[in-house]
Amino acid sequence: MTMRVSLQHVFAGFALDVAFEVPAGVTALFGPSGAGKSSVIKAVAGLMRPDRGLIRAGDQVLLDTDTGINRPPHRRRIGCVFQDDRLFPHLTVRQNLVYGRWFSPDKGGVSFDQVVAMLGIAALLARRPQTLSGGERQRVAIGRALLSNPQILAMDEPLAALDDARKAEILPYLEHLRDQTQIPILYVSHSVSEITRLAGTVVVLGKGRVLKAGPVAEVFSDPNLSPWLGGVREAGSVITATVAAQDDDGLTRLHTSAGPLWLPRVDATIGAALRVRIAAQDVMLAVQRPEGISALNILPATVVALRMGDGPGAMVQLRLGEDLLLARITRRSAVQLGLAVGSPVFAVLKSVAVAPGDIGAPPITP
Amino acid sequence: MPDWLSPDEWRAVALSLRVSLWATGLSLPLGILVALALARRQFWGKQVVNGLVHLPLILPPVVTGYLLLLTFGRHGLVGQYLDKVGVVLAFQWTGAVLAAAVMAFPLMVRAIRLSVEAVDARLEQAASTLGASPLWVFATVTLPLILPGIIVGAVLAFAKAMGEFGATITFVANIPGQTQTLPSAIYAFLQVPGGDPQAFRLVLVSIFVAMAALIVSEWASKAVARRISGA
Repeated sequence: MTMRVSLQHVFAGFALDVAFEVPAGVTALFGPSGAGKSSVIKAVAGLMRPDRGLIRAGDQVLLDTDTGINRPPHRRRIGCVFQDDRLFPHLTVRQNLVYGRWFSPDKGGVSFDQVVAMLGIAALLARRPQTLSGGERQRVAIGRALLSNPQILAMDEPLAALDDARKAEILPYLEHLRDQTQIPILYVSHSVSEITRLAGTVVVLGKGRVLKAGPVAEVFSDPNLSPWLGGVREAGSVITATVAAQDDDGLTRLHTSAGPLWLPRVDATIGAALRVRIAAQDVMLAVQRPEGISALNILPATVVALRMGDGPGAMVQLRLGEDLLLARITRRSAVQLGLAVGSPVFAVLKSVAVAPGDIGAPPITP
Repeated sequence: MPDWLSPDEWRAVALSLRVSLWATGLSLPLGILVALALARRQFWGKQVVNGLVHLPLILPPVVTGYLLLLTFGRHGLVGQYLDKVGVVLAFQWTGAVLAAAVMAFPLMVRAIRLSVEAVDARLEQAASTLGASPLWVFATVTLPLILPGIIVGAVLAFAKAMGEFGATITFVANIPGQTQTLPSAIYAFLQVPGGDPQAFRLVLVSIFVAMAALIVSEWASKAVARRISGA
């Protein structure tokens, strides 16, 4: 099932005008704060009525301002997970989890036991939300939304209020959720690394408009978008790989479409598919294969696009086998190396530059 | 019937308890509705409604009683129609219920309104996205969360109703066994020479009932709040 969203709304100070699709899998709604992400979620859930809009989930019309259709939130079946967990304080964890199930028209879908096992919350069922940690509360909130049998899960920065340790605790559960359920997930975030790990499709919002939408690897390696993707320091691309070998010296050899890639030990079985986010500023470029260099990863690539920044920097998009890689270098280097679209280069990456949090399981392609 | 109270005194105490319970019970649903409307809704004439609710708190009680007489007396604006269907309030114990309810209403509404304003509306939004219709949201989220406020409001109203004097005596007079509530009885005893001992016994009863009500309300609202917060 696919959800189609188109919205227009004028707020004090800015106008929202977006249209995008949410296919199966995780669709990330990405953008800086104030880009209108949360307003989109509210409109989808029915908590805000836009000036104009058309929202369809499959063949059901949830909102159509032209014909005056506006289903109330409780008749939309959009499971929401908010930044603040919004668990009911007067109910136990178990009662919170089954709250939505009671109102659900069909009792099919995921079972209570499945959700409890998938989110690892079996030990918490008798407790009150106030006695849980932030990470536990958010897991319960996700379970509660899932158990209401939603057609779509809408998550509004579900990890934003948590510290890095709690985020790392929840991300694997979200990966399970993505791979074990058929429910399309609309995932709002301003974190590139979260989206890299979870999403198949990304919709980039800026100042109330869709700047670009498409597969994560394609969007995140677009050099023209890097100012919007959290700034040049945050810019980075996503490549896919499989685990080829666990070496004795603590390194893991990955197989990519452009050649071997060594990273610090990745806890995954041989043959496992991975997605690795590589920050643009960690990639060096050379026109000849460098020798006598400490960096282990030297991969042949071709320049696809080049964007000179306003400052000293330049963004270079490279084709690396079947993947796209983004490199941030100086304008001076780009000129000295004579880089142009089509130039053959070597991309150099230090193994230790890739953080463990930037490596995740790719979505299972439907 | 305790033998340290004369039958007349006991009747006054029993009548007061009956009047206060009815006044509290009957006005509670309306009190919750008005508190919700004042706390949550924007509507035309909201300030007028707010003013009307609070008027008995500010007006001299005798004025409120007189206004009740003008409105609900047998020839009053509303009373004449009630009379036709056989409902008479003036100079009846049912009228004492009305007077007590009107006088206690602002206290009840204020307590409940405060608790409604403290409810996080985002919890109610979450409930609606989980499939709960507005009525279910109210029953399963709002109502449990404002229960401490409802208890406090009800007990305050009950205590106020027990002590209501001015509006009651103006609207339904002071007829022993019919409309003579506890405060009216104390007042009557103080008007006759040598009535002080009887008055004093009723004063003790008044103090006892008021203290008991406060203690019960504190205990109940704390117990409910503990259950809600799960601490």
